Amino acid sequence: MTYLENLNQSLRELLETTTDVIIFGEDIMDPYGGAFKVTRGLQRDFPQRVLTTPISEAALTGLATGMSLRGLRPILEIMFGDFTSLCMDQILNHASKFRIMYNDQVKVPITIRTPMGGGRGYGPTHSQSIEKLFFGIPDIRVVAPCIFCEPGRLLTQAVLDDRPVVFVEHKLLYPVELMTADGPGVHVENHLDISGYPISVVRNYSSGKPDVSLFTYGGMTRFLPSILSRLAQEELKIVACVPSLIKPLPTDFMGDIAAAAGRVVIAEEGTGQWGWGAELSARFQELLFNKLSKPIRRIAALQTIIPASKTLELAVLPSAENIEQALLEMVE
Amino acid sequence: MQKIVGGAIARKGATSLRNEIVETGAGVASREELKWRLYRKMVQIRRVEESLLQLFSRGLLFGTVHTCIGQEVCGVGVTQALDPSRDVVWSNHRGHGHYLSFTGDLQGLISEILGKAGGACGGIGGSQHLHNHNIYTNGILGGILPCAAGCAFAEKYKETGGVVAVFFGDGAMGEGIIYETLNIASLWRLPMLLIMEDNGYAQSTPKAFEHSGDISRRAESFSIPITRLVANEVAIVWETAARMIKEIREDQRPQLLALETYRLAPHSKGDDNRDPQELAAHWEADPLKHHREELVAEDGNRLEQLEQEVSEEVQHCIDAAISDKPMETARFLKYVDQG
Repeated sequence: MTYLENLNQSLRELLETTTDVIIFGEDIMDPYGGAFKVTRGLQRDFPQRVLTTPISEAALTGLATGMSLRGLRPILEIMFGDFTSLCMDQILNHASKFRIMYNDQVKVPITIRTPMGGGRGYGPTHSQSIEKLFFGIPDIRVVAPCIFCEPGRLLTQAVLDDRPVVFVEHKLLYPVELMTADGPGVHVENHLDISGYPISVVRNYSSGKPDVSLFTYGGMTRFLPSILSRLAQEELKIVACVPSLIKPLPTDFMGDIAAAAGRVVIAEEGTGQWGWGAELSARFQELLFNKLSKPIRRIAALQTIIPASKTLELAVLPSAENIEQALLEMVE
Repeated sequence: MQKIVGGAIARKGATSLRNEIVETGAGVASREELKWRLYRKMVQIRRVEESLLQLFSRGLLFGTVHTCIGQEVCGVGVTQALDPSRDVVWSNHRGHGHYLSFTGDLQGLISEILGKAGGACGGIGGSQHLHNHNIYTNGILGGILPCAAGCAFAEKYKETGGVVAVFFGDGAMGEGIIYETLNIASLWRLPMLLIMEDNGYAQSTPKAFEHSGDISRRAESFSIPITRLVANEVAIVWETAARMIKEIREDQRPQLLALETYRLAPHSKGDDNRDPQELAAHWEADPLKHHREELVAEDGNRLEQLEQEVSEEVQHCIDAAISDKPMETARFLKYVDQG
């Protein structure tokens, strides 16, 4: 089953098994079914609860918040992750504030689903991975499904979460077949972090100590099966740790894996400065000082905009080769 | 018993129909009693906010307050026409009056503003971030409108019959999110009463420097019915709001109530650059003053007693808030993200 089919199926199940879930977003009316077709078929079958909307991301985010305060569990689709900047004030100064500023008298169980990521030549404003804008906001969760655990199950978990969740999908993963069990030369385990969200641990070896640990999430996992099986041929033992809750971070769990390897590579698709890898590096420095044998290596997009030209886009975004090279350099 | 709900646009003199029984949000009352109740609410808000300004100057109030001194008619007239058991109110940075009138939670409001554990939100929210049962306030202009629309969607979806009232000022009409929300509220027929309290100023800036055209008419292009009123007579505001709320409940579509009002006190505390002559003229026309004069003429003793009671209860709550403690820091720390 593909990532997209799995998401679509879970949305349908949520509509079938609950009465409080409302799904809305731009262009999700059938037969169009949404720009990336994640909601296809749902509006046709649940016309009262699956609503196509005007192009008003800011107001839609506030609508979701208001619905959630009065007992519903809205799922808002933002067509491109780039457009979540339009939701920002509603997330920062409304949805994320209400629970605490009203002293726990309300909850705000909203889920904002959105596809981030480049690789399709959409250029500077339709290709970004800007989830880092949300990492610094207290009391929200940022969740990124990968290919190693079911994105649909994760989405259900996000919808049932009483906190606001920004649910970061990746455009290039939609057609990808999931790898929730062991694949050729790759062992997949799923653990639960303290918040109950899954963490995938993927290894290219079956016994012994890892040489290098790799930390990444979401869309970058599309590179992992091939990287890990290639490096297995070079007898390099890699453990990849892929949290689905990417903010706040399950740092204790991640720290144990990093300590076991003693070498850490962190990969993300967004720009590197002030990003996920920057925070994670800082946390590892606090947790693991003296336990790492090499400086932490970060792989990320270059600190610039994402050009439309295929050649230039490839030059800016992190690639499988970048990650593989970094992993190899850790053991030189 | 004859029930009068709303009626056509209320007219001056409606208040003289003394013995009619009217349906208020909180039950039925004679029109005569309603008049006393509305005045009591207004004078309570005035006393609270005057006291808050004094507490600030004495250094007993940390933070800021935005008072609605001069605008009490708006909040009281509208919220007293709502049904607190099922209707919802959203308000803004200038929300003490709306909160107090809708909830009656005098102690919760005062303790909250003084940052004490007994406050409506444990002192975490403060003046601009209040919540109690069906009222929510926030300090970001315009941003409350889609939240209110989401509540209206939920009440409609759950078929509770609830109407959502949302208060905003003329200044907020510069925020784009308001127009996104007006569009959706009308398109989706959400049961909302939109109340624009037009006090002529956005903080320090006169309306003429802020807006082109007639801001109340902007809702017309979204097919939202508009009722305009000079908010001087609380009974007329109440009666107009009651009519609109009844229609919104029945028709399940939004309406806008544009209230012309004036803020007598500064935007927040001492920050007032308005022409003293203009201010003096408006103080002369203070709505509370003529409501009071009317009640003095009716029953001076009762009025004196009412005002005495209000002053005492406000003072009592202030004393209690001053002797209350802030929330223990350790309790607040449960709100820190782990991980």
